[in-house]
Order: sequence, then C-alpha cells, then structure tokens
Amino acid sequence: MSAAVKERSPEEYKAQEQRLRAVWANPTGWRYWTSVNNYQIGLWYGSAAFAFMLFAGVLALLMRLQLAVPDNDFLSADLFNQAFTLHGTVMMFLFAVPIFEAVAIFLLPPMLGAREMPFPRLGAFSFWSFLLGGIFVCGSIFFNAAPSAGWFMYPPLATDKEFSGIGADIWLLGLSFIEVASIAAAVELIVGIMKCRAPGMRINLMPLFAWYLLIVAGMILFAFPPLIAGDLLFEMERMFDWPFFDAARGGDPLLWQHLFWIFGHPEVYIIFLPAIALMAMIVPTFSQRPIVGYSWIVLAAVGTGFLSFGLWVHHMFATGLPQISLAFFSAASEAVAIPTGVQIFVFIATMLAGRVIFSTPMLFGTGGLAIFVIGGLTGVMVALAPFDWQAHDTYFVVAHLHYVLIGGMLFPVVAGLYYYYPLIDAKKLSDGLGRLAFWLMFCGFNIAFFPMHLNGLRGMPRRVFTYPAEIGWNWLNLISTAGAFIFAAGVLVVVFDVLRPKHRQPRGEFNPWNAGTLEWISEPEENWGVRSIPIVRSRYPLWDQKDLARKVNEGRYYLPDAEEGWREGLVTTVLDAEPVQVLRVGGTSHVTIVSALSLGGAFIALTFHWWIATALAAIICFCAVIYWLWTGTGEIPEKPEKDVGLGLSLPLYASGSDSVGWWAMFITMVGDGTAFASLVFGYFFYWTIHANFTAGIAGPDAVWSLVAASLFAAAWGLMVAARTVNRRGATATMRGLLVLSLLTTVAASATGLAAPLSPGMDPTRHVYPAIVWILVIWVLAHAALGTVMQAYCLARSLAGRLTPKHDLDLGNVVLYWHFLLIAAVTTFAIIGLFPAAM
Amino acid sequence: MWLVPKQIETLWTLFTAPVVWAAHFLVCYIGAAIYCAKPELVGLSFSAVRAGIAAATVIALSLIALSAWLAWRQWGLGTDDPPHDDPTRRDRTLFQGFATLLLSGLSFIAVIFTAMPALFLTECIR
Repeated sequence: MSAAVKERSPEEYKAQEQRLRAVWANPTGWRYWTSVNNYQIGLWYGSAAFAFMLFAGVLALLMRLQLAVPDNDFLSADLFNQAFTLHGTVMMFLFAVPIFEAVAIFLLPPMLGAREMPFPRLGAFSFWSFLLGGIFVCGSIFFNAAPSAGWFMYPPLATDKEFSGIGADIWLLGLSFIEVASIAAAVELIVGIMKCRAPGMRINLMPLFAWYLLIVAGMILFAFPPLIAGDLLFEMERMFDWPFFDAARGGDPLLWQHLFWIFGHPEVYIIFLPAIALMAMIVPTFSQRPIVGYSWIVLAAVGTGFLSFGLWVHHMFATGLPQISLAFFSAASEAVAIPTGVQIFVFIATMLAGRVIFSTPMLFGTGGLAIFVIGGLTGVMVALAPFDWQAHDTYFVVAHLHYVLIGGMLFPVVAGLYYYYPLIDAKKLSDGLGRLAFWLMFCGFNIAFFPMHLNGLRGMPRRVFTYPAEIGWNWLNLISTAGAFIFAAGVLVVVFDVLRPKHRQPRGEFNPWNAGTLEWISEPEENWGVRSIPIVRSRYPLWDQKDLARKVNEGRYYLPDAEEGWREGLVTTVLDAEPVQVLRVGGTSHVTIVSALSLGGAFIALTFHWWIATALAAIICFCAVIYWLWTGTGEIPEKPEKDVGLGLSLPLYASGSDSVGWWAMFITMVGDGTAFASLVFGYFFYWTIHANFTAGIAGPDAVWSLVAASLFAAAWGLMVAARTVNRRGATATMRGLLVLSLLTTVAASATGLAAPLSPGMDPTRHVYPAIVWILVIWVLAHAALGTVMQAYCLARSLAGRLTPKHDLDLGNVVLYWHFLLIAAVTTFAIIGLFPAAM
Repeated sequence: MWLVPKQIETLWTLFTAPVVWAAHFLVCYIGAAIYCAKPELVGLSFSAVRAGIAAATVIALSLIALSAWLAWRQWGLGTDDPPHDDPTRRDRTLFQGFATLLLSGLSFIAVIFTAMPALFLTECIR
C-alpha cells in the first residue's frame, strides 16, 4: 500500500507539505482574528473563560473581605448582592461550561486524528457570541447595574422591576445568548465525535475524553433548552407583563424553579464530567498503563448523564412539594453516587495497577478528587430531605457546592493545563511553581471552605452581607477569609507560570509525558492538526503502533495533500469508523464575527428596549447568516470523488442522513424540541395547580386550531413530496411544490393566529391566555423560519446550487419540517382540544 | 425463537436501559404529582397510585432485564472478558454488549431506588 507513497520524490513531498500548510495557514495582522481554526478558537475560548474566572474570583475576594469581620461596611448590601450574583453566574456560565467547550475544540480534533471540527465556523461563531455576551454581563457591575437576585434569579424578587432593576434583563438576555453558543458547541462536539474520527477508531477504541464529551454534549442538548424556555417566559413577564410567575394572575414562581433546575442540576454534571474526562487521560499516562475498566468508565459517563436529570427537585426540597415527589428525587440523588463512585475507583485501580509518577498534573488531579469526595459525601447528606430542611440556604450548602465544583472541576482543569500546556507552546510549565501553586490552592481551599460547613450548621444563611458580632460566626468567617486569600495566591502562581515569558526556555521534546493518545502527535507550530490522517488500531496508538507518529508526519496516511486548495477531513461511520466521505470545511472568514456580533447587538439592544436598534441588528444578523449559508455550505464539488491516498477514493458530497449537515440539523432540532416540550410542560403545570385552569376565560377556537394543524400537516406533506420528486429529477415540479408549501404555511400561520385571536385572549390578564399565546408564537416563529428555508431552497434550485443529485439543503429543510410538524400539531391539538376535554 | 429480537448494530442500544429508567421515573413522578394536585380527577385512593407505581416498576424491571439479556448475548454470553480493545468488529461488539450490560445493572438498581418511596409513603403529605 505504501508503494505509491514511496514513489514520491522529495520535491513532490515538499510541494504537498507546502500546499497543505498554505491551506491551513492563519491570516496575518489584524485578520488573525478572523481565524476559525480549532487551535486558535480553542485557545481564545479558553483564555477568555479563564479571564472571566479571575474576574469572578476577585468578586469572591471582595465578598470574603466584607464577611471577614462582623458589622463590616466594606461593601454596601446592594453591591454585595451584585457581587455574589455575578460571582455565581460568571463561574457557572462564563467559566465552567465554556472552558470545556474550549478544551474540547482545542483537543478533540487531534485526539480523534481529525484535522478540524466538522463546523469550524460554527465554533468561531460560538466563541464570539460567548465573548460578547460575557463582557456584557460582567461589565454591568461597573455601571452598578449587575443582576443582584442570586445566580438562580428566583421570581418574584427577580421579576419585580423595583427590586431587580435592569440587572435581571442583563442576566436573562446576556445568558440566553451564551446558551445559544453552548448549544452550537454541543452540535459541533456530537457530530465531530460520532462522524469525524480517524479511520479504524471504532467506538471501543475511542479515547475516554471523547466518550465523556459525547455524553456531555448530549446533556447540554437536553439541559439548556428548558432554561432558554424559562428565560423566554421570564423576559415576556418583565418586558410585556405576561404573568407567568405572578401568583395574583394565576402564574407560579415555582415553574421558574422547575425550569431553572431541570437545567441547573444536569449543569453540575455537565461541568464535572469533562473534568473527570481530563483525569481519564492524565491518570493512564502517569500510571504508564491503559486505564483499568474502560467499559466501566463508559457506564459511569452514560449513567451519570441520565441520572443527573432525575435530581432537579433536590434544589426545591423546601418549597412544599408533596413528600412522595421529594422522595423520588432523593432516591435518584442517592443513586447517582454509584456511577460517580465507579469512576473514582477506576482511577484508583489504574494507579494501583501501574507505576505512578507523581507529577504536577497528578498532584492537582488527585488533590482535586480528594476534595471532590468530601463534597460528594456532604452531597449524600443534603440529598436526604430532612437533613436538607436544616441545611437549606445556609453556608453548609455553600461549602458543599464549592467542594464539589472546585474539587471536581477547577483542580482537574489546572491539572489539564499543566498536562496539555506543551501542546500550546511546545514547552512545559514550571514543575516547582506548579507544586507551590498546588499546595497554596489545596491548603487555602480547605482553610476557606471547611469552616463554612460549621458556620452553616451554626445557622449562618447564604447571601447575608454582614452579621452581628455576638452571633458566634466571627472566627470561622475570619479563617475563611484568610483561606480564600491563600487560595487566590495559589491561583496567581498558576497565572504567573502561564504568562511568564518562556522564549529562553528551549523547545521541549515531542510527547514529553510519553502519553499514548493521538493528540500528542500534533505540533504547536503547525495549524493542520495532523500531517496525514492515520489509521488507528489501538486505544493508545502512540504506545502500541510503534512507527505511527513518524508515518503520520511523513504524510504516509490519508489526505497528505491539499491539491484543490480546500481544508479537508474525513467522515467515518459511527461504530467502526470506516471512511465514507471527504468533508470540506469552511476556512477563515469574517462572516462568523459579523453574525455573532450582530446577534449579540440584537440581544443587548433588547435589554435596553431600543427597538429600532434591535431590529437593525437582527436584520444584519439574518443577512450575515444567509450569506454564510449561501457561500459556505452545500457547495457542489468540482468532481464527484477524490483520491485520498492509500488507494482509496471517496465521494466529496453527501446528503440526507449520510451528511454531517443533516446530523447538525437533527441535533439542533432535538434541542429546539426540548425547549418546546418545556413550554408544553408549563401549560400542564398551570393546569395542575389550578382548580379551574382557564379561569373562565374563553379558550382558542377549536375549529381554527384544527384547521391550522391540518394546514401545517399539508405543508409538511408538500415538502416531503418536493424532496421525493427532486430526487427523481423533476426539478420544475419540485419548485412548484415548494411554492405551494410556502403558501400553505402562510395560510396555516394565519389560521393559527386566528385561534387565540378570535376569542380575544389577552395575555396580560391571566396566565392561561399567556401560556396559550406563547405556544402559538413559538410555532408561528418556527413556521416563519420554515418559509425562509423554503424560499432559500427555491433560490438555490434556481441558482443551480440544488440539483437532483445535490439536494443537501432540501434534505435538511425537510428534516426541519418533521420537527415543525410535531410542534404545530401538538400545540394546536392541545390548545384547541384540551380545555374542552377537561 | 421468533420472540427474541435479532441482534442489531447501532450505538443506540447502549441507552436502552437508562431510557427505561427515565421513562419509569417520569411516570412515577408525574403520576404522583398529578394525583396529589388533583386527587378528585381520577377518584381513586393513594393506594391506587402505589399500585400503579408497583406495576410500572415491574414493567420497567422486566424491560431492563430483557435489555440485559440481549446485552449479555451481544457480549458473547460472557465468554470473552474485557478489555475488548482489539481493532476488530468482534471486539467492538463485545465492548458494546458489556457496556450495555453494566448500564442495565445500574438502571435496574436506580429503578428500584425510585420505586422505594412508594413502599413507605401512604398519603400526599406536604
């Protein structure tokens, strides 16, 4: 098989290398920032998340200063409220989740032996959205306008404009925007892990990091949409006085708590699992042996992923829900300790079976796990409802959550930083500084947070800005403050170690820790990921496939060249990773920045009720996205197949479920469907809490509702028919059907609008008309987007970019319509028929 | 043996047992929550809710047991021990079977955990 390769002359080889390097090269000057390459995006993403972490850390130090002594007036009560709200919000939304998107975007392609993530521009879009949203949310405190109602924004406090000011809007809109970025990253991760692994990397050989990230991305898809739905309801109440959480008009603050924690608890595991994933890479390297119990780790990742969705009510034990409900969630909260424990035992077993090298990353990793175990044990305590009733909203909970998050997430992240730093800079961080940082952080952490357990048991509530001297919390608080500063000193050492100039330090060796996984092949100097895409035959290819690194770097595997000037990677099958397609991905572009900034502008303008600016920004964003799609996706290749090397020729185009675009649409729509399901949950939630759900208000007209549902079904049928006839080559008929379907959709939307409009339902009067309206608006907004897609397909067909053989766009739009059909029929059946049936 | 499903090759079978756990969890939680919010709706006693949970539990456990058996078959009836790390289709299948079996075990325990409150609680107290 290498006969053809051997024939290459040195000149030819050089030319290949140069072409490949040129295609993947970064632009220079200010255009550097238009890069979409996973290395740059991952690095920027991670650095931004880290900077936000330091900012939120400073807020924590301010709070500790305020609490150091009783009756202190260092911070005002209001500023203290802003500080703790922003601290929690930033740590959760701007550090803990994004840092893993960053690490994943940076590491996954080389780890999977791929050149790039499948949608690099989407990754760049996600980063710029995140950066803008983050700066907006963080900046608010400098204008004394930060959110101040706590990071979980409970109504009625947070819906009351008098008490919460504009801060709550900044929280809702700024974070909704970041949630969109997270879902974009999840789409990227799932498709990347399932479809873009190196040939031969079957699912039993996949690095555990990828297994964890796959599960985490799936969790993001089901956890974030309920929060987006909640944000929507919340903002409708704040902006237009729709009474979703106003008890006086039939609303219920508890619905927010449900929607928030359906997100909020899985969120904890969304943060924790990727950190453990880093440990699953680090522990085998420093034990110099394969992980013991690979399948058990998969069990733990999948098991935790599922069980974590059955825990949300344990944040609501004190809200007066029926005891049987509390007990179900208490049971699930105890059950999740099983898979969590399994992972820790797997690591211990691996260390026992190997010969452990106690390097700096291992120190941070094991130290973090020790802290995490303590947090886990207090977690088992607070998962018991009677204990929780005592500890609820006290510093015991503050201690518990910091033990879990700092031990289970921050320490492993620093371990990962020390471990993977050579991939950024080809140099190691300082071992001495690392150890110093570890001991400062480890001791400082325990000194800061352990006393909080005791203060909590002594009755100190969370979020008080000061306390009287005689109540007995003085010494413990002072010790906590001292510990917090020791901890911060440790973090500062890490920051110094990363930022100190290292140009005098010689370039480090290749694969300095002698790790076994593929990411260590990649060279920081090169932007192409891997010189050629290898064939993988082991879980630890660098240990088991002896000359793999050399052959990869000599370009002896797949796609060693870029003759046509495209950035290319391979698409492989889900289970056995057999190569099936060459994927051409988008390169450097402004369009990602323009669309992210304009979308951000729309959200920010909305916060201040600048309607015209909002509309303008939204229009710019719309145009940018259309331009992006038109010029950068569904491109018809100049030839059907290309030779990828080693005697293999693969198609350059795929549509339907064979294409990565179809999967991206499917995954996005699953998330979208989850948000819709959360709204439907809201409808039935209001039904359960009221003896008379409709409060005597006339509901939507049943006939209009049924007609709307039928018209949507007809429009869907026409779309399916359009795809079918197009494949048979009847282009003109397809265009006719598209137009017909578009008109039917418009008619369906009009009748759908008539359903709540004809009985004159006023959404500000009571929660019943409000929830009906929100469901209808949801469907109509999706229908409007559906008509845009139909028009887009029509335009593509007229422009010759959509043909009977190249029908990627149409296939994806039909997939969208499957989901739209479900949402429309569900909505109109429920709003039209359910009140009558009850 | 037409009763026994054929072996299918997909990633999704891995999630069978946890999905059954999730469905069982939702049925128990939603059923009890609706009953406690609107006891007059069905006109049954709380014992009926407990009986319903018991029935759902038996169904869920049977489904998980079936999934476990299928996983055990996929794991070659337990003849090949892990680590299943050869680059072959056979080892990939064995890995899937073993991992699915482990998940079935966890889901089995978690379903029992979920059902236990119904053993002890006899009314909708808040």
